[in-house]
Order: sequence, then structure tokens, then C-alpha cells
Amino acid sequence: MIEKSPHDLAREAEFVAFRAGGLEFCINIMSVREIRGWTPATAIPRAPSYIRGVINLRGVVLPIVDLGVRLGLPGTEPTARHVIIVAQVGDRAAGLLVDSVSDILSVEDSSIQPTPDVASNLARLFVRGVIAMDGRMISVITLDNVLPAMDLEAA
Amino acid sequence: MDAMAEIRLTFFQECEEQLAALENGLLSMQEGSTDAETVNAVFRAVHSIKGGAGAFKLDALVSFAHVFETSLDRVRSGELSPDADVMKLFLRAADALADLVAASRDGAVGDTAPYVAIEEEFNALMGGAATDDGDDFGAIDFSPVTTAFDSAEAEAAKPLNVFRIRFRPLRELFAKANEPLALFRELARLGTVTSQCDLKNLPFLDTIEPEDSYLSWDLRIETESDIAGVKEVFDFVDGDCDLAIEAEVPAEILPDPEPAGDLDIAAIMKKVREEAPAIAAAQAASGPAVAGGAEAGEQSQPKAGSRTTVQPTIRVDLDRVDRLINLVGELVINQAMLTQRVLHSSHVRDREVNSSLEELERLTREIQESVMAIRAQPVRPLFQRMSRIVREVADATGKDVRLRTDGESTEVDKTVVELLADPLTHMIRNAVDHGLEGPEQRIAAGKAPEGTVRLAAAHRSGRVIIEVSDDGAGINRPRVLEKAIANGLIASDAQLSDSEIDNLLFLPGFSTAQTISNISGRGVGMDVVKRSIQALGGRISIASSPGQGSTFTLSLPLTLAVLDGIVVTVDEQTYVIPLTAIVETVKHESSRIHHVGDHSFVLRVRDVLVPLIDVGAELGVRPPSNEVRQGVAILIETANGSRSALLVDNIQDQRQVVIKSLETNYRRVDGIAAATILGDGRVAMILDVDALVGLRHHDRSPAEIPFAKAS
Repeated sequence: MIEKSPHDLAREAEFVAFRAGGLEFCINIMSVREIRGWTPATAIPRAPSYIRGVINLRGVVLPIVDLGVRLGLPGTEPTARHVIIVAQVGDRAAGLLVDSVSDILSVEDSSIQPTPDVASNLARLFVRGVIAMDGRMISVITLDNVLPAMDLEAA
Repeated sequence: MDAMAEIRLTFFQECEEQLAALENGLLSMQEGSTDAETVNAVFRAVHSIKGGAGAFKLDALVSFAHVFETSLDRVRSGELSPDADVMKLFLRAADALADLVAASRDGAVGDTAPYVAIEEEFNALMGGAATDDGDDFGAIDFSPVTTAFDSAEAEAAKPLNVFRIRFRPLRELFAKANEPLALFRELARLGTVTSQCDLKNLPFLDTIEPEDSYLSWDLRIETESDIAGVKEVFDFVDGDCDLAIEAEVPAEILPDPEPAGDLDIAAIMKKVREEAPAIAAAQAASGPAVAGGAEAGEQSQPKAGSRTTVQPTIRVDLDRVDRLINLVGELVINQAMLTQRVLHSSHVRDREVNSSLEELERLTREIQESVMAIRAQPVRPLFQRMSRIVREVADATGKDVRLRTDGESTEVDKTVVELLADPLTHMIRNAVDHGLEGPEQRIAAGKAPEGTVRLAAAHRSGRVIIEVSDDGAGINRPRVLEKAIANGLIASDAQLSDSEIDNLLFLPGFSTAQTISNISGRGVGMDVVKRSIQALGGRISIASSPGQGSTFTLSLPLTLAVLDGIVVTVDEQTYVIPLTAIVETVKHESSRIHHVGDHSFVLRVRDVLVPLIDVGAELGVRPPSNEVRQGVAILIETANGSRSALLVDNIQDQRQVVIKSLETNYRRVDGIAAATILGDGRVAMILDVDALVGLRHHDRSPAEIPFAKAS
């Protein structure tokens, strides 16, 4: 039996992996509240292009971010097979529109590699590192900048 | 510490209730109902505040409440007749007590001068009452009486009063966790107590009811305190025991104690009167002594009756109620979605399914109404606050004013009640300061010197209507017009109807007061009142007739969680326009529309040209066009009174919608007030009409008070 030291345990985290804009990404599972299917959103006037609108999530008005567009990738025309990841972003909640959710990864901190220098500015804003696993390249992203700022003037 | 803070909080919450009861009682006394029950209620309110304040060592509060209470006790005993002046003092004292409670709560009792001043007025009042009284008690002379009694003994006993107390606790006393022993200890602090327990009612052990009360005591106390002081010990068990306190004539052989059950008030009164000279000799004030004995027997009866009629209530955190309201809101939406889905799927058009759905709908609506009713509160406390405003402004202006209130039990959402306080205060101040004339002018106009301000609330077709009216001179229209022209608000040759002139009062930067008084001329005009009422989703209107007074009418939604709106379509998206902003829908014919260039159009509505705003272009959901679009024009009025027409594709429905915050998870959007969820489960945006019009004028000042945030 292999026992992990507390040191190792503290450095391991779980991530939800998904596909958006044709690439693989993952986010920390602690910020994921639920995963649900796509429902048509109501457009918000004067919203940035990556905001698909808002949906009714059990009485809460939830903004939907097209994650592909937000990351500078081609946008998706959502269908019933697309998925919304409901995530906590600071004080706010947001739905992330992605192509599909693939799996849940248990990753040690040490196996997350820093973002390569070649990445674009936009990618740098979101990508915290890269996980290479079973021949896959999965970008670990942070959600801090995923929603437009609260301030009316910004973004 | 936390537990203590919590108890303290509860005490101050209860103080609010007691203060409300106090004011309520005083006002009905002022109206002439000085029956024992009303006076007792007033007395009890002050007394409870005093008792609680003592527990928290709020000395300023205790001492003020004590003086107040003593005077009330005199009224209760019939020694002090509550005439107009006395009632005015009481009402002022009630205001001061409220201030003192608030100051004590914030731990900031600064200047005690105003309270001391009132205390002195009370003392003057009591001094006066004791000598002025012309009845039996007044006849009692204060000079030391040395007649029929053993004079040497009476003189020697001067510092010591002797009272006999017959005390029989009732079952309720124990049920309220009071303890006779604690009372006796308290008594012992006043002087030397000898006690004798009466066991004759004690049954045999086989028939004893463990929770019942069988014992009674005969106590004798030698004390420096007067009878009021002795009575005070029993204040907290008042009504829960049979109690008789009588002064014992020194050196007299005591008669056998009478059983308390057969207490004969007349006999006691007689006895007290006979003995009164002795008491008077022994103490400074005779009043409470006489009152005390008579009252002890009399008092427990009406109270015991009133106790049973009190409705039980519970205190609930507002958060919990709001959570429940949100859940019920979702239930309503879900129920609507379910109904829609079932009706659209053709294979289950079953009669039983339909009737079940109808039943579900009925139940859901009933639940929603009941839950909303939890947040609903009567406007009474708000109205009571206004009576204080009236008193203050009347005092400051030297006017004689009476506030009449109607419909205080009308219930409105708690938030609406709270947010109404400021605008209503302002309107009441205006009514007294500007609306009513001074006494001389009133007499000259053939009116009673006392002016009347009327505050009324009522439910009318799903809204609450609040009216503030005065019987003053009415709006001075020539002066309003003159002022508006002078301030450049209207053209000097404008022809305005009477009601248009009246409505000028609501324009920003308008104030009719020729001299700015320190009461209503605080730089806040009726425009602010109007804006805060509109922020509540309400409307305000004026009616005035010269010489007879003015009436301001507020029409408010019952709750801020829902809003009446018109559901419209713009570019295949659904929007809601708040009904409060809408004046009318206008026929949209190309002959009435003029293109004024730069994608701008105006619409002619009865010879007035108003800007025609294409909602779709304004929100940026479609490009502006130089062609007139097909659709429906809706004439709206913004908060500052300007009118515009909104062009939408079509009108779907008029309905009540639940307001949902867009800011919780997103951010504020220009032109959008909030979001809502429609029957199909989809989110729809509620338009912010003022902002939409403002955007056009490139005036980006946000609305002063945004919608209530219901998430």
C-alpha cells in the first residue's frame, strides 16, 4: 500500500477538464458549482461579444460567457449538446459555455508547467499553466478575468 | 458578552414597541378617551422601559422614565386631570423619551438639558397638582397632625413608615419565573420586614397540585420609604398576585388580617382616608399613598382580562423571510412553466391533468400572497412618527395643528414603509409650514384657529394610496407661476391650466417659500419627494382648491419585489416597460412622424412634438435607421416630467413581474433597470426609461435610487 505524505496531499488538486473552441482547458473543481445543458440565453444590450446573455438558473439571473470567444478562439453556435459550467467567479456566479466536459483530473502541483512564452496576451490573462498528460495538452485557466468588470466604464 | 448584547438588542426592539404603544395611548387620551385601560397602557409602556433600562444601567433613561411614570401614575389615580396642557407635556415627554432611548442605544447620551427641562416641568406640574386639587384628598392638610393619636410616638416614628402587606401570589406569578423570596429580599432592603406565612389554604398532600399556588404572606415593614416605594417592589408581579398594602397606624393594635379574596375596595378607601392624616404627617407627599392602597385591589382585574386578547407573535430574521419570498417566486415561475409545457404537449390534454394544474396555480398564488403578507406591515408606526413631526413643526411655526390619521392598519411592504418615511416627513412639514395659515389668518378666513392635517392610507386596486391633505389656503397659483417664470422654468407667456401650475411644484429648483424657513426650506424640494416616490414605483399627484387646502396623493405598489409592466418585443427579444412611466400608447402613423435628420424622429401627439426613441437602436441591438420602422409608440414620462415616445415592435401583454437583480452576477447596464423571469422561464430585461431618454441626451447621470435588489 502506498501512503501519501500530508505534504503530497496538500499539493494535489482536482480539475474539471473541458473542450472550448477546439482546445482542452481545465479549471479547479472548487470553483465549479454545477454542470448543466445549454438553454437559450436572453441577450444583454451593449454587452461584450463573449457575453451570450443571461439565463434563469432557478430564479437567479446568470450571465453566460462563451469561453472560446473570451479566450480569443472561434465562437460556438450553441446546440442542446453544448454544456454550461456554472462557476463561482469572485462574488459573482457565471455560466461558462463550453463544447463538452471531458473528465476530472487529479493533478499534483509539480506536474503543472508554466505557460510557455509563445502564448498570446489574451492567453496570458487566463492561462495559469499547462498540464501534459497521456499525450494531451490541457491549459489550466483562472476565472478571475472571465466576467467584465463591475465598473460600468470598463471593458 | 454576545448573549448580553443580544438581550440588549431585544430590549431596544421592545422599547420601540413600547414607545409606539405609549404614543398611541397618549394620542387617544388626547382625543378624550381617558379610561383606565388606556391610561394603564400608557403607564405600563413607560414603566417597562424604565424596568429594562434599570437592568442595563441606563441611568439617564431610568431617571427620566421615573419622573414621567410618576406623573402618569397621578393621572391614573385621578389626581391629575389630563387636560390639553398636560397632554402636550406628556407628548413632548414621549418624544424626549424616544430620543433618550435612541441615544442610549447608540451609547451617546450627550446633552441631558432637554430632558432635565421636561423633568422640571413634571416636577412643577406635580407640585401644582398636589395643592390645586379640590377633592377629598386635596383636603388633607400637610401640617403635622398630632390630634387623635399618641403624639409622642407619632413624632418619634417620623422617619419610619409602617406598612402592612397582604401578599398572595397567583399561579401566573410562578409561571413567569418570579419568586416571592426575591421580592421579600428586595423589600428587606427598604427596611425591617417581619413576615408570617399563611398556610391555611394548603391542601393535604394527596390533593396538592404541584404547580399551583397555595401560600400567602402577611408582611410588616418599617421603612423610610413611602408607600409608592414599597409598591414598586411588586411592580413586576402586578396582576399576578393579590396584593394589598396599607399603612399601619403606629402603636395601634392591629386587626386580624382580612383574607385578600374578600377585599372590599370601599372599605380600604375608607380606611385609607381615615389613616391618611397619619401618613401625611409621616411623609412628604400624600398622593401616592392614598392612590396605592386603593389601586392595588382594583388593578389586577382589567389587566387579567387584557392579557388573554394579545395575539402571539414571533420575531423572524428578515433574511429568512426574503429567502422564502425568493423561493416562492421561483415556485410561481416553475408552476407557470409547467402549465405552459403541459398545455403545449398535445398528448396529455386530460381533463384531470388540467384541473390539477389549475389547483396548483391557485395554491401557488395563495402561497405567494401569504408570503408577501409576512413582509407587509401596517403603516401605523410611520403615521405615528408623523404626528411627532407635526408637533415639532407646529411648535416651531407657532401654529395650532391637529393631525388626523385614517387607515393606519393598511399594510404595505416593509421596505416601502421604510423608504416612505423621508418623503412623507417632507410632505408633512410642507403641509404644516406652507399649507396651513397662521391662527390669525385662519380666523380672518372664517376657519377654526386650529389647522388640520390629514394623513390617510387605503388599499385601492392592488396599490396603496396615501393622502396628505391640509385645510389651509391651497396652492397660491399666481405666486407659483410668478416664481416659475422668475426661475426660468417656464416661458413668461406660457398658458398653463391650474393642474399644470400645481405640477410646477415638482420641478427641480422650485421652492415657493418666500423666506426660506428652517423647517421645509432645506434645499430639498418636492422634486426630490417625487423622485423618491417614483423610485419606489409610485406616482404622486396634487389637488388643490384656493381657500380650502391641498391634497397630495401617493399611489404606491404594495411591494418592491414585483412590478407592473407592459411586455413588449424589440428585435425578437422581450422587454418589460414599467407601467408607472407609461402615459399612453400612441397611434403610430407615418403622417405624424417627422424625420429631423441624424436618425432622429419626432412624433406629434395632440399638437405636441415629442422625441421618438427607437428602443432597439438605443439599446444597440440593431443599427439606427433613417426609415420609419413599423411598430407601436408608447408615450412615457420621465422622472423630471419630460415626455418621449418609445418605439417598439409590438406589445405582448400587461402583467406583474418579479424584479431580479442583474447586478448580483453581472453589472449595471445603461438603459436596463433590472431583469425578470417570464412565464416561459426565460429572462427578460426591464427597461430603465429615464436612462433610455437620458442616453439620448448624452446625459449619463444614473438614476438616483436604483430598483430594490431582489436576487
